[in-house]
Amino acid sequence: MTTLTLSRALNEGLRKAMENDPKVLIMGEDVGKLGGVFRVTDGLQKDFGEARVVDTPLAESGIVGTAIGLALRGYRPVCEIQFDGFVFPAFDQITSQLAKLRLRSLGHVTMPVVIRVPFGGGIGAVEHHSESPEALFTHTGGLRVVACGGPADAFAMIQQSIICDDPVIFFEPKRRYWDKAEVDVAGGLAAAPPLDRARRVAEGTDVTVLCYGPMVRTCAEAAVAAGEDGRSLDVIDLRSLSPLDTETIFESVRRTGRCVVVHEAPVTGGLGAEIAARITEECFYHLEAPVLRVGGFSTPYPPSRLEEYYLPDLDRVLDAVDRTFGF
Amino acid sequence: MTVNDAGSATSSGSDPIQLLTPEGERVEHPDYPLEISAEEVRGLYRDLVLVRRIDFEAIALQRQGELGIWASLLGQEAAQVGSGRALGPKDIAFPTYREHGVAWCRGVDPARLLELFRGVSHGGWDPKEHNFQLYTIVIGSQTLHATGYAMGIQRDGAVGPDGEAVIVYFGDGATSQGDVNEAFIWASVTGAPVVFFCQNNQWAISEPLERQTRVPLYQRAHGFGFPGVRVDGNDVLACLAVTRKAMQDAREGQGPTLIEAFTYRMGAHTTTDDPTRYRLAAELETWKLKDPIERVKAYLIRSDSADEAFFRDLDAEADAVGAAVRKACREMPDPQPLAIFDHVYAEPHPLLAAEREQFAAYLDSFADAGEPALEGAAR
Repeated sequence: MTTLTLSRALNEGLRKAMENDPKVLIMGEDVGKLGGVFRVTDGLQKDFGEARVVDTPLAESGIVGTAIGLALRGYRPVCEIQFDGFVFPAFDQITSQLAKLRLRSLGHVTMPVVIRVPFGGGIGAVEHHSESPEALFTHTGGLRVVACGGPADAFAMIQQSIICDDPVIFFEPKRRYWDKAEVDVAGGLAAAPPLDRARRVAEGTDVTVLCYGPMVRTCAEAAVAAGEDGRSLDVIDLRSLSPLDTETIFESVRRTGRCVVVHEAPVTGGLGAEIAARITEECFYHLEAPVLRVGGFSTPYPPSRLEEYYLPDLDRVLDAVDRTFGF
Repeated sequence: MTVNDAGSATSSGSDPIQLLTPEGERVEHPDYPLEISAEEVRGLYRDLVLVRRIDFEAIALQRQGELGIWASLLGQEAAQVGSGRALGPKDIAFPTYREHGVAWCRGVDPARLLELFRGVSHGGWDPKEHNFQLYTIVIGSQTLHATGYAMGIQRDGAVGPDGEAVIVYFGDGATSQGDVNEAFIWASVTGAPVVFFCQNNQWAISEPLERQTRVPLYQRAHGFGFPGVRVDGNDVLACLAVTRKAMQDAREGQGPTLIEAFTYRMGAHTTTDDPTRYRLAAELETWKLKDPIERVKAYLIRSDSADEAFFRDLDAEADAVGAAVRKACREMPDPQPLAIFDHVYAEPHPLLAAEREQFAAYLDSFADAGEPALEGAAR
């Protein structure tokens, strides 16, 4: 086991993927010589060359559009979108083209493209650098959407995403890039859960707490705090946002009868709404309370001096947990 | 230099328009005659010095934790002041996030610029107040906004010798964006009164110009059907003259011009960037010899256009401006938490109103418990 930051774990995962398959390419702005603004691709251009780690022109639609072409030619491009708020110039290529080519070709074409997106707030950034656009992609059939929460998952999930024959939107919790944990770099992927499965972060019996990305740490801490108050939280890191691991979700909710979904993205039209609807449909008679959502407000992401109020934190998670006992 | 001249993308070409050499020698250009008084040159020099000082203060404030980030204009003062001072009061500018010098020329209080970088607002000024639009961070988007605004000028019948025109700023990296190329097309086919002012500072964060283009950027204009010109972006007089002419052409209905101001980003992309990872110190040293401010100082001294008292007084003024910026920044209050819900919609929005009410009650619950609201809350 090696202690790695989340950023470094992604770097190691990318390195493995590139060693294992010469068709794997990395493309994006500043990913080469600089190694990415978060250093996720640090050193890869030096070791794999400019043909495999490409500093692209500054155009996100171009990055994804040419990745589609490279995939048609048999490559497995891993695109980096520098910040969440810059994915939108590429939105057309992702939703109208990338997501649909397999269907349109009746399965003759596969699109093994990974689009890495650092997402979420909490780093004191200017606008367009703190957003959580995952629901826009989970709403799009043909895409797989995942989010890693810690270094070990980051290392495994980036490799699994690259191996996957479907397009994967890969969300990275940017404020957790420097969080450290033990990673089994030598052990390969055998011990890792499949890409589309959730993972239990804390065992509990009273309330199911569903989270992903940057909220995994927050909710793990909430479980400890709740435990001190005699409440037992079953915290699940969803990992895969599309498809959802409904088996794990439903099993937990049927046991606890209570559920709180936590994400940084706005609550309105967010992933929590989808999860709440599915739980209502499948676990209705097990519920002791409505599924509650903790998330961002229905506003643009605020200036950074206000982000601590916008972002779900320990208190807001615990507040929702308390409220599930008020019905 | 016209669109038909050849030249590599990265060399400064045979001769970008220049009216003041790096040594401070005044030179003439047949297409850009510039009548300018000593007082006006002193005024430009003052702008350059003060704008650089504001920039230095902002960098220092970021280092001290007062700003979240800062995008320095170091090295680009002449491009911004020269073009900014070429604008008439009715003209309107569409900036990126680095146009602090243009903002200064338009009369925007430097403290307002800090708001975005301190994180107390996403912009915060009224674009109409100084005919200076909000900073745009997403690369290149504003070029289309500027073009649309110029199309409005056409529809308002405001094209003519005394008419209005638009200038839009962007960088070398932005020229790769679809939006910028679409703006070129729109402006070209509509003949909109817009000037595209590209500050080619040679670097898009870590990527050198070669990653964006194989031809000099000003030559792109030719393919879109309007003139392009390359100006020495470190020559404030040339930037003034070239922008004046392009703006007047636009005003008079002759359509867009692309100006490539050939300059250099002497600092980091932003305060979070470390350029030593990707470029050589020698390159910076070369550009220091072309400093946009030193050459004006040399000219003022060599032409006897400014005395010692002028420079002394300006130093004192810069100190005062710097102190004012520091003070304004440190005293800038954080917005109230419920400001998150302000200005999102023009019309009533019940869902948002309900969210606001719930959040206010939530914050009050901490006050009731005798705790400071959310202070020290774990993330």
